[in-house]
Amino acid sequence: MEMIKVEDLAFEYIRRNEEGDVESINRAIDGVSLDVKKGDFIAIIGANGSGKSTLAKHINAILYPSEGTVWVNGMNTLKEENLWEIRRSAGMVFQNPDNQIIATVVEEDVGFGPENLGVPTDEIWERVEKSLKAVGMLEYRNQSPNKLSGGQKQRVAIAGIMAMKPECIVLDEPTAMLDPDGRKEVISTVRLLNQHEKITVLLITHHMDEVINADKVFVMEHGKIVMQGSPREIFSRIPEIKKYRLDVPQVTELAYELRNAGVDIPEGILSADELVQALENLGA
Amino acid sequence: MQIVFDHVDYLYSGGTSFEKHALRDISFKIEKGEFIGLIGHTGSGKSTLIQHMNGLIKATNGKIYYNGEDIYDKNYNMSQLRSKVGLVFQYPEHQLFETTVYKDVYFGPKNLGLDKLEADLRTYEALKMVGIGEELLDASPFELSGGQKRRVAIAGILAMRPEVLVLDEPTAGLDPRGRDEILDQIAMLHKESKITIILVTHSMEDVANYVDRILVMNNGSLAMDQETRSVFSRYKELEEIHLAAPQVTYVMNTLKEKGFPVNTDVTTVTEAKNEITRVLKII
Repeated sequence: MEMIKVEDLAFEYIRRNEEGDVESINRAIDGVSLDVKKGDFIAIIGANGSGKSTLAKHINAILYPSEGTVWVNGMNTLKEENLWEIRRSAGMVFQNPDNQIIATVVEEDVGFGPENLGVPTDEIWERVEKSLKAVGMLEYRNQSPNKLSGGQKQRVAIAGIMAMKPECIVLDEPTAMLDPDGRKEVISTVRLLNQHEKITVLLITHHMDEVINADKVFVMEHGKIVMQGSPREIFSRIPEIKKYRLDVPQVTELAYELRNAGVDIPEGILSADELVQALENLGA
Repeated sequence: MQIVFDHVDYLYSGGTSFEKHALRDISFKIEKGEFIGLIGHTGSGKSTLIQHMNGLIKATNGKIYYNGEDIYDKNYNMSQLRSKVGLVFQYPEHQLFETTVYKDVYFGPKNLGLDKLEADLRTYEALKMVGIGEELLDASPFELSGGQKRRVAIAGILAMRPEVLVLDEPTAGLDPRGRDEILDQIAMLHKESKITIILVTHSMEDVANYVDRILVMNNGSLAMDQETRSVFSRYKELEEIHLAAPQVTYVMNTLKEKGFPVNTDVTTVTEAKNEITRVLKII
């Protein structure tokens, strides 16, 4: 069974005037279908306003389809009786770490989710410990969150979701407000959870270098999926990707420029090591 | 010399047990018309530093001079300084509040006490500078895209005709094209109107592509103050203080380690391409 199945999804933001008449309709998602297998690491990229966040909000039933259907772990998000179970199994991390942390002590923040689910106290503490360990923040458990860096706060937010034992985490630009170190921390934490805890990951980002390790990349524009494939396939199509207001990692761009200048290296190079290797192979 | 920081200290909660040195003995000079990058990890003091530049925060010790005048002198006109040094905060679009794009930008010059004609003129001029077309003047700021909103917010500052423009992470949260559009616009402003630009950013690629000189902050101190190329050649030190060099700098250094006779003094894609093709022709 797929972790997430989206079929012919459309979502319309409807604006009404003071009399309640429809003033305008914005079709933010316009016919999206996709399947995400359990354990996959999926990245979604696209311009501002392309519908990425709107799509993400369907996956834990913050928004409901105007047309089409979304299943999370086999549960239809339109059925009200599924709501709690969907939100438990698909947790969401947002852009601004300061908007998601509510408690005054790190461990209490992480325990908030399972407490709300009615988990027995002993088990809450077990889960808090395990989750903080999984994101590498156990030593901060008794600290105040406001003393933490942005990357650390995001990891606490992720731990808070892990404590609800989800099968899937949706991250909506989790690194947009972080410095380079914070970005690395968050992305490597997410990869670790994906590899070791088998958590399905859906990462939305504007940083192309965070996408290179995904199993699959979806590119969105005007509410539609316009490209999909492995990072290597996507980043080999540079002119196309730039058309969608996106970019490629700097190393990929350099490799592309070198190929255009007649240097015989493969398409779709994603990392500095790969590029150096390809240039070394030239002489061989 | 336009801006001079002379041994500036700033202490949070001085005299209490929470006392913290947010800035420690900061000294530097900025010439009129420079394009400067300010980098440093979260909490390194970048935001505190820029808020000193237009007097929003007062130094605990040390002096700051603007165009040769001591801004802490009791006769100094602080409100004039604030119109000369424009600060664009992070996510400035959160500060848009008027009902139309035009009115929002007009608010600044109107508050300077200018007559209507002059304020109108500056509003048009500022919106043109950031590439917002006349068809959007009557739109609600909230109908615009993320990148457009941000440009309107920047226009609000430009309408005050600042001599120095300080931008705190102007590209955070924008898509790659939106990022390039904003930065190109700022670079053009710098070139055409000779405004001094100070760009605070977490993107090493952006600083490498645009600025001439970099100030590096670490734990409240000024760790480096050099031209862009020299700062990135010290990439190992940058890593120690939780920063990095652009990806291409790493490519060049690895190539060098592997025995390619490349010059590692490279910070942009074009420079890297030229250097690698030059070396490939030799070997």
